[in-house]
Amino acid sequence: MSRAVAAVALLFFAAAAVAQERAIPLDQLKSGSAFLGADLVSLQKDEFANPGMLWVERGEKLWREAAGRKNLSCASCHQDAKSSMRGVAARYPRIDAESGKLVNLEGRINLCRGRRMGAEPLRYESEDMLGITAYVARQSRGLPIEASIAGPARAHFDAGEAAYRLRRGQMNLSCAHCHEASWGKRLLSETISQGHPGAYPAYRMEWQTMGSLERRLRACLSGIRAEMLPYGSPEYLDLELYLAWRAQGLPIETPGVRR
Amino acid sequence: MAARIQVPSRAKRGEIVEVRVLIQHPMETGYRHDDVGHLIKRNVINVLSCRYNGVEVFRADLSSGIAANPYVQFYTVADKSGELEFYWIDDEGQQGSERQSIQVT
Repeated sequence: MSRAVAAVALLFFAAAAVAQERAIPLDQLKSGSAFLGADLVSLQKDEFANPGMLWVERGEKLWREAAGRKNLSCASCHQDAKSSMRGVAARYPRIDAESGKLVNLEGRINLCRGRRMGAEPLRYESEDMLGITAYVARQSRGLPIEASIAGPARAHFDAGEAAYRLRRGQMNLSCAHCHEASWGKRLLSETISQGHPGAYPAYRMEWQTMGSLERRLRACLSGIRAEMLPYGSPEYLDLELYLAWRAQGLPIETPGVRR
Repeated sequence: MAARIQVPSRAKRGEIVEVRVLIQHPMETGYRHDDVGHLIKRNVINVLSCRYNGVEVFRADLSSGIAANPYVQFYTVADKSGELEFYWIDDEGQQGSERQSIQVT
């Protein structure tokens, strides 16, 4: 009997050693919405008044607009985004099979534009990029984040975790100091969130406009007086993958509304 | 200027209907400075009006205190079938308009 228990315990510890340890257990994950006031929660839920819907509508138009040398639109290949893009955003960032590189949703859209459409890449934070990413991510609204860290993604995941835990800037803080060790506490007038990415691209009151996850990361870096890297930097992509893994199972909320 | 407007497509005569308007606009306050210290000129939607079968039923004079991408909600009484015409203009003279029809039974 006791031998059986010991064997089971051994198996359990072996499994725990293989599985990546989580600083915030899955059952304690809280989306950014949990840290908002009732007004912003209801604004995000309101399909009409959510200001992010202005960008979603822009993206919906863009989806059907032909562009580039080949005169193709997103819809030429992917048809109706409502079915073809369902769940897609929940799996990003991921490895692009052709190049073996890690790409986020913005990167994937620009790869598609370059390879299939012969079109110019869209710039980060341009209205078109925010529109098309918001439209694509919206098709996954309510679906759980499920980023893969297996195979070639693993090295990016490890680099992402290292970036997450790296102290930086004049304040010498890492992401973990606020969003892992201090979530739920107050920072001036704000409650510190767990720092999950599921709402992005999101409409932030502070920005008075829509912005990408990388813009949000840059805002954090600026807040701790650290160097802000250029948009699309490999370090951001690794970090985005780590954040997606960390938020596993939380729903996509795009277009989210945030403070 | 992108806008979203919501008017119920059908209503009973005499019913109070909710009208919702969301317009994409930076609503530049006129109090901010750019990166080199110059004042950024005010540019807000200063008038938003709604005519119901040609009669103005709602009008708002907006100014600096209104956030970007303003959301406006008001009520009117469903009178006759017809059209609600929305019109707005900003400080730079850019105009926007939108029409929605309502069927009153």
